[in-house]
Formats: sequence, C-alpha cells, structure tokens
Amino acid sequence: MYFESLAALWDMDGHGIYVWLAYLLTLCPIIVMVWLPIKRFRQHWRWIEAESRRSGIDVGGAAGESAR
Amino acid sequence: MWTIIHKMGSPPWFFRFSGGLVKWLLPLTVCLLLVGAVWGLLIAPPDFRQGNSYRIIYIHVPSAVVALAGYYVMAFAGAVSLVWRIKMADVTMRAVAPVGAALTAIALVTGAIWGKPTWGTWWVWDARITSMLILLFLYLGVVALFEAYENKSAAARACAVLTLVGTVNIPIIYKSVDWWYSLHQPASIKFTGESAIDPSMLYPLLLMIGAFYCLFAVTVLLNMRAELAWNHRDASWLKQLVQGT
Amino acid sequence: MHPARKQRLILVSLVVVLSSAAIGLVAFALRDNINLFYPPADVVAGKAPTDRSIRLGGMVVAGSIERSNSELDTIFWVTDYEASVPVRYSGILPDLFAEGEGVVAEGTLDESGMLIATQVLAKHDENYMPPEVAAALEGKTAPAEQPVLP
Repeated sequence: MYFESLAALWDMDGHGIYVWLAYLLTLCPIIVMVWLPIKRFRQHWRWIEAESRRSGIDVGGAAGESAR
Repeated sequence: MWTIIHKMGSPPWFFRFSGGLVKWLLPLTVCLLLVGAVWGLLIAPPDFRQGNSYRIIYIHVPSAVVALAGYYVMAFAGAVSLVWRIKMADVTMRAVAPVGAALTAIALVTGAIWGKPTWGTWWVWDARITSMLILLFLYLGVVALFEAYENKSAAARACAVLTLVGTVNIPIIYKSVDWWYSLHQPASIKFTGESAIDPSMLYPLLLMIGAFYCLFAVTVLLNMRAELAWNHRDASWLKQLVQGT
Repeated sequence: MHPARKQRLILVSLVVVLSSAAIGLVAFALRDNINLFYPPADVVAGKAPTDRSIRLGGMVVAGSIERSNSELDTIFWVTDYEASVPVRYSGILPDLFAEGEGVVAEGTLDESGMLIATQVLAKHDENYMPPEVAAALEGKTAPAEQPVLP
C-alpha cells in the first residue's frame, strides 16, 4: 500500500476531494445501471407469474362451470 | 457461424443463455471493479508530476474506452436491424443506448473533476471534449427516440439511421488529439510500440478497462432480458420458464 | 443474399459513407475553429487576430518566468521551438505550470506582440510514471532538450 495512514489516503496530498468525488460520482451511476434493469425484470417476471396464475384459475373455473 | 447468429436471433435460446451468463458475469464484474479500484487507489504509485490526482485515470479512461466501443456495438446492431429486420437487433440497440450514455457521462464528469487540479479548469471546448459531448447527445438521442415512437419497429429504424450517421463521430473522438491542437493530451496506451505509462500504473488500468467491458456486457444483457421479458410476456416458452421456477 | 436486403445494405452503407464525407468536409472547413490554440509561430507570423481574445499554446521557455514581488504578475515566454511569444498574467497559476511544461494562455495581443492573458491553463503530456522512475530517467538524460529562447 502506498499510503501510510487512513488520513493520508483521505487527503491524497490535497487532491483527495477530487479523487474521491470522481469515484463517488462513478459508483452511483454504476449502481443505478445495474439495479434498474434488475428491478424492471423482476416486475415483468412477477406480472407474467400473476397473469399465468390468473389464467390458470380461469381455466379451472371455466372447467368447473361446464361441469356444473 | 450462421447457426450462432440464428440462435442469437431466437429469444428463447438467448433468454436461457443470457440468464446463465449473467449469473457469473455480474459477480465477476463486481470483483474486477473492486480489485481494480483498490489497486488504482491504494497500491499504484503516484505520478511524478500530477501526484495523486492522476488516480482518476482508473475510471476516466476505462469509461471513455468502453463508451466508444459500445457505440460500435449499437451501430452494428443498427445496421443489422435496418438490413435484416431482426427484432433482437432492435432490442440490442435499445439496451446499449442508456449504458453508453451513462459511461459517456461518467467519462465527462470524471474528466472535468480531473481537469480542475491538473489543467486549472473544469471545462474547455477543445476537440476531444466537445466530440465526447456529441457522443453523449447521440446516445441520449437514441434513448429519447425509442421513447418518442409508439410503433417500436419504426422507432428502431429511426434510431438505426441516427446511430449510423453518428458513427463518424467515433474516429473523430479517437483522432481529435492528433488532428487538432487541444488541451487534452494524446493517448497513453499504445497498441504499437511502448506505452507512455509506467507498467506499475498500466496493469491496474488494463484491469479496470477489462472490468468496465464486463460491466458494459452485464448491464446490456440485463437491459435486454428486461425488455425481452416484456415483449414476450404472452409467449408460451416464457410462461413455462416462469412457472418452472 | 435476398435482393431486398442487398438493396438495403447498399443504402445503409451509402448513408454512413455520405454522412462521414459531409461531416469530414465540415470539420476540414472549420479546422481553424476546432484548433483550441495558436502556436507561437502563427502568432509571430501575424496569423492570429489581434482584435479579439485568442488562445496561445506551447512550452514555457526555461528560465523565462519573471514574477513581480508586489503583485501576482507573472511574465513568461511560450515557444513551439520555432518562435516565442511573451505572456503577461496576473493571477494564480495552476499547480502543473512550470518551466519546460506545456501551457495554454487565453488573452489578447497588445501592440508589442505580448499576450495579456486572462486565463492560463497547464497542458500535460501523455507520460505517467512513478517519482522514482522519473528521478532515475532525469539522472540518465540530465539536461535534456530544454526549450531556450531562440
């Protein structure tokens, strides 16, 4: 490790604010980039799940009605 | 060759294949990013002239490199979409655009933050930076155009034309620092001859470039899967897949 | 290939080629505006306008930096190894500003050909190396080709 202490790592000879700000402003969009499609996918997945369950019950209901 | 292309164009096959790929590519991406960031921030030596502020290179250069490479992916998908009318190409184009926009924005923002302590300014209208800003607008233009159309295949055609016209910007970005006088310095990593960057600083940079390529691949695949799941919500193969879980 | 696809492929290629040619021509016509700065040779040759603000770029001549004691005024010479132009600037210079390093100064030329700068930016090259490596290189090729006044 190049830095001798945590304080030196944070300060980076006065350039710390620039370096850490740049890394923070990179991390945030990366998290959003990965999280958004996962969230969208899960929504669609659950929608299909609910839809197929509903249609499954409908089929069962229709079958029950015709039996009656 | 053709069988692979035909398979790629088949949503059920692609859906299963990408599902398996994402499962190990996402953890790999996180690991590579972490290792690269720790190496670049903590282990690599400082620069003899810039000191520690140069450590921004480990996110600035990879995001810029992958943003440019991503445009070629989008342009290729655009050409395939126009000529062969393959639906999967439209999905690819639409998946790349927001990822490319985010990477371009990261390159511009980190470049501005880096410019302040080294050049003495956040922003300058030189050829490299301006052409990179045009790239951001091209990506955002594709995102907006897809949203604007009700008819998705008409949207894909308009986006493909915009993308292909914008392709000329990519060599301009690469060469801008050689063709014109600019504040931005020429490339440090050279494919032919010795790089202008010391090996102790080059290796973490190459690792980070690899990590950003993985990040690009994984986010594009995730976007495509989300889009495919919605486009094929009524297809029996997808319903079977959902019920199988 | 299907004839309709072949036709579309030709059309797509034409779009790319023609738009590239068009943008290439525009960039060629505007090349003076795309250049961020004038090199000192162009300024000395009178190619740079004197009635409006311009940018001048080059290397800071070694030993040319004069600082006045009372104010933040600095005078230095900028060269491209063909010609040199003096620059006067009052303000805080960027950290990387140094003799023998790249610089871009923005300002207007006065009658004597001096650039009265309103902004000075440091331009660094593409070389990155650890301080020890730089010191070792310095020792080997000591007084390298430092720019001097012609």
